Amino acid sequence: MNSTLTILVIGRHKQIMETVLRLLNNREGWSATGALTDEEQEKFIKTKFDLVLIGGGVEEKSERHLKLEFEKLNPQVKIIRHYGGGGGLLFNEIEQAFEKIS
Amino acid sequence: MKLVVHKANSRGHANHGWLDTSHTFSFANYYDPMRLNFGALRVLNDDFVDGGMGFGTHPHDNMEIISIPLSGDLEHKDSMGNVTVIRQNDVQIMSAGTGIQHSEYNKNKDKKVNFLQIWVFPKQRDIKPHYDQITLKPEDRINKLQQIVSPSKTDDGVWINQDAWFYRGNLKKEFVTEYTVRQNGNGVYVFVIEGDVTVNGQKLGKRDGLGVSETDTISIAADSDTEILLMEVPMNL
Repeated sequence: MNSTLTILVIGRHKQIMETVLRLLNNREGWSATGALTDEEQEKFIKTKFDLVLIGGGVEEKSERHLKLEFEKLNPQVKIIRHYGGGGGLLFNEIEQAFEKIS
Repeated sequence: MKLVVHKANSRGHANHGWLDTSHTFSFANYYDPMRLNFGALRVLNDDFVDGGMGFGTHPHDNMEIISIPLSGDLEHKDSMGNVTVIRQNDVQIMSAGTGIQHSEYNKNKDKKVNFLQIWVFPKQRDIKPHYDQITLKPEDRINKLQQIVSPSKTDDGVWINQDAWFYRGNLKKEFVTEYTVRQNGNGVYVFVIEGDVTVNGQKLGKRDGLGVSETDTISIAADSDTEILLMEVPMNL
């Protein structure tokens, strides 16, 4: 992992995306980017992220494609589901994701 | 049979001035990898909110969110057009599904509201958001378990997008009862709102919690006048 934790958030709900990005980017040393559509997320496939958060509304087909592409191009990335839509579980989910690989 | 005990004083705690909250399971800035969930039950927060204060508009998705006021009144507004007040003896559920926004404020300026907020992982993701609220008769839970949440739209209680059943019970001292698990493989989490109770041999006090799994029968004995919330949830997600 880099000194900055880079996070890609995939979602389909604009307000939830804004909230999640704000919460993540408020953390020192964290840098989060969002994609609200398949087209937007395609642009990030070749970017090296530490973590991908998949939120609500992402179609199964789209999620499968994303995972396959990341496995090929960026296999070290941790891909997790985000539940609840706001700050309630967000930091817990990220802590849990990195605990499992540490 | 498996038991997991969460004593009241072991819960995560945060005091934000206007909000004093205790978390049975990891939530927000409280993180304990040993306290993440009990099956599909992910959040059990015991919130005290100062008069007139509350949670401004914020979004949720893919979570079943149940609010149970224990004292005081909570004002709710959401993006589905619901503007309501939930009071003691009410139960509210939001199936956040594809996404909703809502706010929650203490309706009263002069007294705190205390409510339980419970999050359950949904059975199905990305459903159309759904809201329900009912008023319960407190006399219907004296020395019995009153069903307040169920996965059947035709059964008692508010509907939940999960194979989960919730009950409240006001049990008089020395009253003894049994609960039979509704669905194979589910576990039962008992949270003590008031008083003292023994559940499957485990003594519990106010705001303690006990998760019981890998058994079909839950024995409940009131050691004092007690009020409990019993939540049956799937253990495998």
